[in-house]
Amino acid sequence: MASSSQLPRLPLGPERRVQLMATCLCDAFYDDVAKATVEVLEHAGVTVDFPEGQTCCGQPAFNGGDWPSSRKVVRHTVKTFAGETPVLVPSGSCAAMLRHGALLEFEHEADLPAVQHLARKTWELADYLVNGLGLTRWPGRFEGKVAFHRNCHNRGTASEAASLALLQSIEGLTVVPFGEAEQCCGFGGTFSVSFPHLSSSMGHLKLDHIRAVKPDYLVSGDMSCLMHMGGLAEKDGQPVQIRHLAQILRDALVNVGHRA
Amino acid sequence: MATQLIDRFAADLPPDKRASVYQSTKATHEKRTKLLFDHFADPNHLRATAGEIKQHVIENLDTYLPIVEAKLAANGAKVHWAATAESACATVLGIMKARGATKMVKAKTMVSEEIGLAEYLGKHGIEALETDLGEFIVQIDHDHPSHIVRPIIHKNRREIARSFEREGLGDYNDDPGTITRRARKFLRHKYLAADVGLTGANFVSVESGRIVLVTNEGNSRFSLAAPKVHIALVGIEKLVPRDRDLGVLLNLLARSATAQQLTVYTEFISGPRAAGQPDGPEEMHVVFVDNGRTEVLASECREILRCIRCGACLNVCPIYRQASGHAYRSVYPGPVGAVLSPLLAGKQFPELADLPKASSLCGACQEVCPVNIPIPDLLLRLRARGKAEGAPRAAVASPPMGAWALLASQPAAWKAALLGGRLLNVLPTKFIPVPALRAWEEKRTLPAWQGGRFRQWMRERRKS
Ligand code: SF4
Repeated sequence: MASSSQLPRLPLGPERRVQLMATCLCDAFYDDVAKATVEVLEHAGVTVDFPEGQTCCGQPAFNGGDWPSSRKVVRHTVKTFAGETPVLVPSGSCAAMLRHGALLEFEHEADLPAVQHLARKTWELADYLVNGLGLTRWPGRFEGKVAFHRNCHNRGTASEAASLALLQSIEGLTVVPFGEAEQCCGFGGTFSVSFPHLSSSMGHLKLDHIRAVKPDYLVSGDMSCLMHMGGLAEKDGQPVQIRHLAQILRDALVNVGHRA
Repeated sequence: MATQLIDRFAADLPPDKRASVYQSTKATHEKRTKLLFDHFADPNHLRATAGEIKQHVIENLDTYLPIVEAKLAANGAKVHWAATAESACATVLGIMKARGATKMVKAKTMVSEEIGLAEYLGKHGIEALETDLGEFIVQIDHDHPSHIVRPIIHKNRREIARSFEREGLGDYNDDPGTITRRARKFLRHKYLAADVGLTGANFVSVESGRIVLVTNEGNSRFSLAAPKVHIALVGIEKLVPRDRDLGVLLNLLARSATAQQLTVYTEFISGPRAAGQPDGPEEMHVVFVDNGRTEVLASECREILRCIRCGACLNVCPIYRQASGHAYRSVYPGPVGAVLSPLLAGKQFPELADLPKASSLCGACQEVCPVNIPIPDLLLRLRARGKAEGAPRAAVASPPMGAWALLASQPAAWKAALLGGRLLNVLPTKFIPVPALRAWEEKRTLPAWQGGRFRQWMRERRKS
């Protein structure tokens, strides 16, 4: 989905400052991922604002076909993240929702320009670090073998290459390739509960490929995929260690004594 | 919680069928990708170009159709227009009756499946025999194709051998070579006896009126060699503006469909037999079929009319691989079918309103589509339509979003819900009456609820 029509970004100003959209999953379940995101950004010299009124990007209803409900949430998000300061999201799928999905459902709405403005200032974390700030490597040290799951919403965006570039630059860390990497993990939002058999079969296929290369960590830029795969693996009685990219970047700093 | 029809179909699919669908789609997809990237510096650029060509065509059909009609007529073909499936079938029957024809040999065409031609002709006492090996097997089994390029992807050779034995085509023998030889022997006589050869058209060039057919078995050539009449059944969207556009499209089609540089046979047909030619049909008819296409054109999903029926989106699709083609309950399965079938269903849209839901929206289909159709966007539009029209099939097992939207547009309520969610950690979830939560937990564990913690941390960090 992300591969189709995305508006060019607004230029980043001289000030390194973002408004963090923590995402509803981190708000509810993965607080450490949101913390790591803040710490990583601050290490890169970025001032992080956190608009307290934030809720969700609107994707669940958008994907479910309930566009009026989704638009309600997107409008709230537009209001909450007003101004010119870039919006930073530690999730490929929420970024894709704001960069592309919202534009689809606002095609015939009078407030489309406001939604387009939000689209043009929204960045996924790895994309921002590499293509926004121009980082080519990440300092610190992280010992371990990492399987990197390219989440589907990063298809056709700069985020996948950016994530890999950062991971591969970390001392001590090896990224191990695995089979059928282009295939979806089967999460798909409400798909995971409307199509439980398909969703879990897809997840198990993915896990088989990942387990075959025996990584220490399964890493992605999207907690939704990881929540699904991690939950399936745990239910199987063969848990995998899941980590968000931001956590790896943060831990790499911590491991060499940086105050995170 | 009730689950969706396609999910149930997939769960009930015999493991050997799933395995054969999975293995062969995966192998074709991988070969396709290798071939495209080995042969072209930037296949994605090529896909975008092909998409623009086809988009241009569908947006200018009103201009191109009259031109191609005149061109075909100048080439000696008779052009017919069919607005519906019934009128397309009746047109074909009319052509046959006018010649006193009773026997037809058919090359593979999806549009004939779409309009139910063979069945219709059968009812009118006309034998319409499939000559593509896969379609022939589907026909003798009274089955339906489960893939748009490989109709019998769901069958193994043992089943086929049993069918051949049953039909009196020889003793049980599941050697593929033997099966093919037997079919060939049987079909040779049928070609010679047929009055009419029916084909589809992969492309029709507006510039020259050339009809382009691609096959690997040569059966379309046989279908045109002996019979006196050639009927080409063509969806109105099959045009390309110029002959040289075929350079882009044919290069992509064979690679995307069957991982070949070019199909074994690529035919360019410029009309019936000309004076001085030794053989070929005396009459050529081109039946342009609408059957809902102009409505698709008027909809917000018109990009699906770019489709060149290569099947690459089926091969890469994780849902198709798990569920197989029959799960889609329609002639066109997989990602293309999930968009096209509900649209072509017209008033019966609600019957198929669940198809666009059978996707994780992973986008693999668009990534391989040789004409770069934004399939996920189209699936989303159809989901919105299914919801807006209140189609019950679209709503099955879909968590309602109204309450969520209310919370998610009111920060105070949202924050309260984040804190309230902690209850999840202490209540056994099987007592919580939220079907979506139960469905989640049936297959996966749920992480511990940490609602509010990050916000707390952030506030403290600000203070320090
Ligand atoms: S939608 Fe694209 S990939 Fe799918 S069959 Fe049509 S042309 Fe091929």
